[in-house]
Amino acid sequence: MGTPMSALTKISNWGNYPRIEADVRPWPLQTESPQIARGMGRCYGDSALSTHIVDTRSLNHFLDFDAESGLLTVEAGLTFDEILQVCVPRGWFLPVTPGTRFVTAGGALASDVHGKNHHAEGSFSDHVRWFDLLTASGEICRCSRTENTELFYLTLGGMGLTGIIKALAFYLKPIETAYIRQHTLRCENLDETMAGLEAYGHWTNSVAWLDCMAGGRAFGRSILMLGESAKQSELTQAQSLNPLKVHSTKGIPFPIDMPSFTLNRFTVQAFNQVYFHKHPKGSRDSVVHYEPFYYPLDKVLGWNRIYGKRGFTQYQLVIPHADARKGLQEVLELLAKRKMSSFLTVLKIFGEQSENYLRFPKAGFTLTLDFGISASLWPFLNELDGVVERYGGRLYLTKDVRMNPDFFRRTYPMAQEFMEKIKALDPTGKFQSLQSQRLGIHA
Amino acid sequence: MKKKILVIGAGSDVAQALSRLRAERGHILWLTARSQEALQPLLADLKVRYQVEALGFVYDAELHSAEDLMAQLPGIPDEVHVAMGYLGNPDRLDDPKDAARILKVNFSAAVLLMNAVMHAMIEKQVKGVLVGISSVAGERGRKSNFLYGAAKAGFSTYLDGLRNAGFSHGIHVMTVKPGFIRSKMTAGLPLPGPLTASPQQVASAIIKGMKKGRGTVYVLPVWSLIMLLIRNIPDVVFKRLNL
Ligand SMILES: Cc1cc2nc3c(=O)[nH]c(=O)nc-3n(C[C@H](O)[C@H](O)[C@H](O)COP(=O)(O)OP(=O)(O)OC[C@H]3O[C@@H](n4cnc5c(N)ncnc54)[C@H](O)[C@@H]3O)c2cc1C
Ligand SMILES: NC(=O)c1ccc[n+]([C@@H]2O[C@H](COP(=O)([O-])OP(=O)(O)OC[C@H]3O[C@@H](n4cnc5c(N)ncnc54)[C@H](OP(=O)(O)O)[C@@H]3O)[C@@H](O)[C@H]2O)c1
Repeated sequence: MGTPMSALTKISNWGNYPRIEADVRPWPLQTESPQIARGMGRCYGDSALSTHIVDTRSLNHFLDFDAESGLLTVEAGLTFDEILQVCVPRGWFLPVTPGTRFVTAGGALASDVHGKNHHAEGSFSDHVRWFDLLTASGEICRCSRTENTELFYLTLGGMGLTGIIKALAFYLKPIETAYIRQHTLRCENLDETMAGLEAYGHWTNSVAWLDCMAGGRAFGRSILMLGESAKQSELTQAQSLNPLKVHSTKGIPFPIDMPSFTLNRFTVQAFNQVYFHKHPKGSRDSVVHYEPFYYPLDKVLGWNRIYGKRGFTQYQLVIPHADARKGLQEVLELLAKRKMSSFLTVLKIFGEQSENYLRFPKAGFTLTLDFGISASLWPFLNELDGVVERYGGRLYLTKDVRMNPDFFRRTYPMAQEFMEKIKALDPTGKFQSLQSQRLGIHA
Repeated sequence: MKKKILVIGAGSDVAQALSRLRAERGHILWLTARSQEALQPLLADLKVRYQVEALGFVYDAELHSAEDLMAQLPGIPDEVHVAMGYLGNPDRLDDPKDAARILKVNFSAAVLLMNAVMHAMIEKQVKGVLVGISSVAGERGRKSNFLYGAAKAGFSTYLDGLRNAGFSHGIHVMTVKPGFIRSKMTAGLPLPGPLTASPQQVASAIIKGMKKGRGTVYVLPVWSLIMLLIRNIPDVVFKRLNL
């Protein structure tokens, strides 16, 4: 106590890269300097970083719940974790959820997150009815599909660049139980994997965990997981004792930063093999709780330390259906050729694109790769960019930490318009991030 | 039994954590904050999360008297938590307005509120509980926050006496002396991790202390040791320290 009120904090997002010193202050805004909103910092790169950061986590109040329509109104810093704790016992679930529940509602909106159900139910913004945004002019604007429409579509997926989302209303979906009827099958190569994702498109949830290290006939093999919200009658006797059970709030902390060499081609290959063969040939049916189904990684708190101090990044691309088979093959082959390995590799299918200015999803396949940071990574990712662009694809901004501005402009068709509108809304650049500077959205 | 619980300074991070723990038990919450706008999300949150009754009252220690507030309440509360506090500009001697505010929020207004509640409880024979959040800063004045420290020292001494006065009426008074808390009050300050409690930890310690009928609660036990040492540093040495 008694120290001047401007201590700098060392801060990074989930990838632990980059790590910067910033002046982090809780909401409400306390400076006129350029700043950016930050929720749980579960984006991987520099989207929620700036020299001044507004920590939105004190905006953590439920504001209203309409049990008739399922419309939930919350402040933007409330987490999906807390929303589930309150809503699951009442028979409601998130309409869309990323692979971690430690995100804020505002962060989910600003990144327009998607889940395993994009092909069936769209992305998070499709379920948003309205939100209140603090803009650069200092006003709070209510935005919806009928009010301040332009600002609405600029902000959904807009990476915090239009201002600070203060509150939002979105529809939950009713569930009969907290369990998922799961169908798991082994796909022996890339053709089977892609055909599987397409053939099972009538399942609400689908995702393929890919063994990116397997070569030859097993190239592109995967475990395909499908899920449907379970009915009461589908539960086991033990499960039906508490059909609307909430996830456990206890996690296992990840002990230490692993030495950076722990994850290398050989350990990743070994892990992938073991994981693949853990699943028997053919298919399997089971009824599992939503926690292991949607949030398998949340059990281990701080698992991002597995990459050690150097940090890591995710490279998530989408390639439209037309040439997806060829495109994905090229991406995976390049990986093998350059001796790069991705610990967790996930393939999903996307449905139609939205009207958001910075929409990432479009009908096709989305592949997520992760890599430890190293000097050789950057030229390799530039090479991958070439493949992605040739097949009409693009990269997910909330995972990005290194995309170059030209590539961004060429692959996001409305980037130019977005930049012009932002300039008009916020001429002095009150809201900017390291990412927006890197992408040339801000000079 | 459902209790009526009055929380003064309900927007404080500690008070919010505490209100949630009490509402989780189904109790009725009466919250005060400095504006209707500040009350609205606090009340809505408790109603949606816990489906409990919650009422809000506007109270600003600099604008309203304890009687103003008491007159608004629909009855006598069974439990009162005074969480309001104001750290102020640390080491400035040239800001009399801020100094007056520090004394008012941390001491005189808090005391007058507690007085009014105690009086009402005795009159209506409510065997209630009064909790005052003071601070270890009151245990010895330091150059970095002696006004705040002095106000908290006064508040602690008052609570000692009130505990004594309430005893024969079956009214329990508890003093809470947290060390550092990670909250709005300390946002942006570099705090020593192991010595810093979260608002949730403070709230749990308060509930545990009430259950056990404790007089004074230090949130992290290490603080009672630290303060014992600090109190015993001879003045000739203490006055030279940079604390
Ligand atoms: C293990 C893991 C799995 C994931 N799985 C998926 C997945 O399956 N699908 C998917 O889509 N994403 C996924 N993600 C990414 C994650 O969902 C997004 O990055 C999400 O935006 C993080 O939310 P946050 O609250 O942590 O936001 P932050 O990381 O803090 O911020 C992300 C962006 O949102 C902006 N922002 C945050 N709050 C506000 C606000 N109140 N107002 C304005 N702007 C704001 C920030 O400025 C920043 O640009 C995953 C992340 C992890 C760590
Ligand atoms: N943080 C620490 O390190 C620390 C350490 C020891 C003790 N404490 C004590 O713990 C208690 C809770 O503090 P906290 O850490 O939770 O900080 P906080 O979030 O800043 O809470 C302070 C509260 O006091 C209220 N308040 C300030 N001026 C007021 C006024 N004129 N009239 C009415 N209410 C007023 C504030 O109202 P608004 O919300 O409207 O601003 C806020 O609710 C305080 O008594 C504090 O002194 C804190």
